[in-house]
Amino acid sequence: MEEGFFAAFLVVIAFACLIIAGKTYDQVMAFHTAIGSLAAAVGAFLIFKKFFEGRAPVPQEINGKPNYNLGPIKFGAWAAVFWGVAGFTVGLIIALQLAYPVLNFDLPWTNFGRLRPLHTSAVIFAFGGNVLLATSFYVVQRTSRARMPGTIAPWFVILGYNMFIVIAGTGYLLGATQSKEYAEPEWYADLWLTIVWVAYLLVFLGTLWKRKEPHIYVANWFYLAFIVTIAMLHIVNNLTVPVTIYGTKSYILWAGVQDAMVQWWYGHNAVGFFLTAGFLAIMYYFVPKRAERPVYSYRLSIVHFWALIFLYIWAGPHHLHYTALPQWASTLGATFSIILWMPSWGGMINGLMTLSGAWDKLRTDPVLRMMVVSIAFYGMSTFEGPLMSLRAVNSLSHYTDWTIGHVHSGALGWVGYISFGALYCLIPWLWNKKQVYSLKLVNWHFWISTIGIVLYICAMWVSGIMQGLMWRAYDSMGFLEYSFIETVEAMHPFYVIRALGGALFVAGSLIMAYNLWMTVRHGEAEEAETAPVGTMAPAE
Amino acid sequence: MSIWKKHEILEKRSLVLVIAILVVVSIGGIVEIAPLFYLKSTIEKVEGMRPYTPLELAGRNIYIREGCYLCHSQMVRPMRDELERYGHFSLAAESMYDHPFQWGSKRTGPDLARVGGKYSDEWHRDHLVDPRSVVPESIMPGYPFLLNARVETRGISDHLKANAIVGVPYDEAQISEAARDLIAQATPDSDAVDSFLERYPNAIVRDFDGDPSKVTEMDALIAYLQMLGTLVDFSIYDNKANLR
Repeated sequence: MEEGFFAAFLVVIAFACLIIAGKTYDQVMAFHTAIGSLAAAVGAFLIFKKFFEGRAPVPQEINGKPNYNLGPIKFGAWAAVFWGVAGFTVGLIIALQLAYPVLNFDLPWTNFGRLRPLHTSAVIFAFGGNVLLATSFYVVQRTSRARMPGTIAPWFVILGYNMFIVIAGTGYLLGATQSKEYAEPEWYADLWLTIVWVAYLLVFLGTLWKRKEPHIYVANWFYLAFIVTIAMLHIVNNLTVPVTIYGTKSYILWAGVQDAMVQWWYGHNAVGFFLTAGFLAIMYYFVPKRAERPVYSYRLSIVHFWALIFLYIWAGPHHLHYTALPQWASTLGATFSIILWMPSWGGMINGLMTLSGAWDKLRTDPVLRMMVVSIAFYGMSTFEGPLMSLRAVNSLSHYTDWTIGHVHSGALGWVGYISFGALYCLIPWLWNKKQVYSLKLVNWHFWISTIGIVLYICAMWVSGIMQGLMWRAYDSMGFLEYSFIETVEAMHPFYVIRALGGALFVAGSLIMAYNLWMTVRHGEAEEAETAPVGTMAPAE
Repeated sequence: MSIWKKHEILEKRSLVLVIAILVVVSIGGIVEIAPLFYLKSTIEKVEGMRPYTPLELAGRNIYIREGCYLCHSQMVRPMRDELERYGHFSLAAESMYDHPFQWGSKRTGPDLARVGGKYSDEWHRDHLVDPRSVVPESIMPGYPFLLNARVETRGISDHLKANAIVGVPYDEAQISEAARDLIAQATPDSDAVDSFLERYPNAIVRDFDGDPSKVTEMDALIAYLQMLGTLVDFSIYDNKANLR
């Protein structure tokens, strides 16, 4: 039944892609539909092959314990490692391009404007997305004590999502983009992601429906909010009219002010729900697990959850201060950004205080230290964000590197470290190993990339505030003191420092990749019981 | 029953939880977005605004394709230094035909909302081919490949048609003659110029890239840059009508 549905669907996709590939004169479209057709055909073939081999159905339980479906999670975890290293490296390249423009090579495929969306999408959607898919599949099964439903569906989600990444990324390099930041993929990639996302929601809900626990664990609320809200944002922000179905180009339904508002409603909540809610779910499972302590306060997590998801949605227009957007809208956005301090710090406190009675582990367990530092970075960037959303501060910080620094303290510090922590936990669990291959290397990863982050954000603070001040500086005669290009020249030393910070962060991620690989290959096997036991009871 | 006890309803029923989440996350967006479709200051028509010519639209698509918006904003804020550096602050109406908007979020390079007419076509061409040949300290990438790439005219009518579907007021003649208009705008001595100017009064007709043998992507991009921010005549613009 499930096999039949997916096989038929993939066959239809394969033929549709083939027809478009045959009729188009748009080379990017031809390339993408060719990949799509091939991938769908291979997928359909594998389903048929499996069906005719007629393997016995997978047992739901073995010896009274749930038989968790780990294959797609293993794939997602390694995809995250791969895309992480790739995305950080592209970030390093574009950082160097800003310091040394000759590295653009004056070619279409290597210039900053095409590589920058590749960097942002690779780290947010490819690295972050795979971390979220892998951990959510793991957490929802564990906390529900049930195997994910379906045999094809979980694989369809994880492989289909990575297919979306490949289409989006190669599209940017070849010049297919909507130019909406963090929503650059064109209409056909967006459609594909929508299908994959619906399957994701169904697999996730299906696992919850099979659960043997009366309560839905708090991490799953955050995952659900992430999945549902991202679907809403994705659809509304990508309502486009394709020029023709045989071409990549489309025009968005919204224009000008309305488009700007929709875009930053989307953009800020990509931060709020993809990079915050989803990763908070990781915090709510992996930190208690690693610290071997229950979540600090169950009630705080309830308040934190509802306040966070209600307030975040309003914050978007703080990206549009002093623009043609009416002032009431951007002020409303700033107001809610300030209120957002509370749930953000509520979440931080809930995460940090989970370590009560286990603080000594910070000395001995670098993995836990990484996750704790990530929560500290979360607190710092959710403090800085509301500050920058104030009109007066924003008039200086907007359009400068300060924004870039702020984003990276959140992205490298919070999202990066909580993901690394989760991967250091998850990979030994998935492959039945006692521990990562080398805690010493985790320690090295931690310190090298921490120095990298500090260099990065300090350089951006200085260059951003300096450039903002230079733009508005007047001389004693009442003329603008600096031409624009003088402010660009002044940025150079900080761009070099930033690139150095980025290089350290890339080096750290390579250490992680090696360490995780050695864990799978040579790690010491866990004895009888597999990963740590079952679920956590609510604190009440 | 305590509120914590009531919350258990959500913790035990996944669909109720999903619906509650959807309701909670919908409110903010509805309050902030819906009014923008009927407030006067956001839908006001200002004299001078017209849809892009086919060549400008093609240029704009190249601007998008190359990711120019990642380093150049198109939104002048009402602050003393910006007004002096770039010109009159940007109006909502000035991006009313922009699908999508190009306001940007970062100024690694200067704002371009009013760059039109500030530099010569030759400067733009030299600057786009090799930025450091005219601005030694520039960190912008070079785009020499635009000089040799012929601008795509196949399907340009479909582009205008798609814009018309999303609300840009292109008329039937503008749509059907799009390919001819595109070539005419960069070919000043062609016969098609007169009818082009009938359809787009006050548009600039020039050989933008200095290469009369073909209409290139360089022509299109410069045509777009040279019209940016020039449509509204601020000497007759009534700023009281558009207070924000």
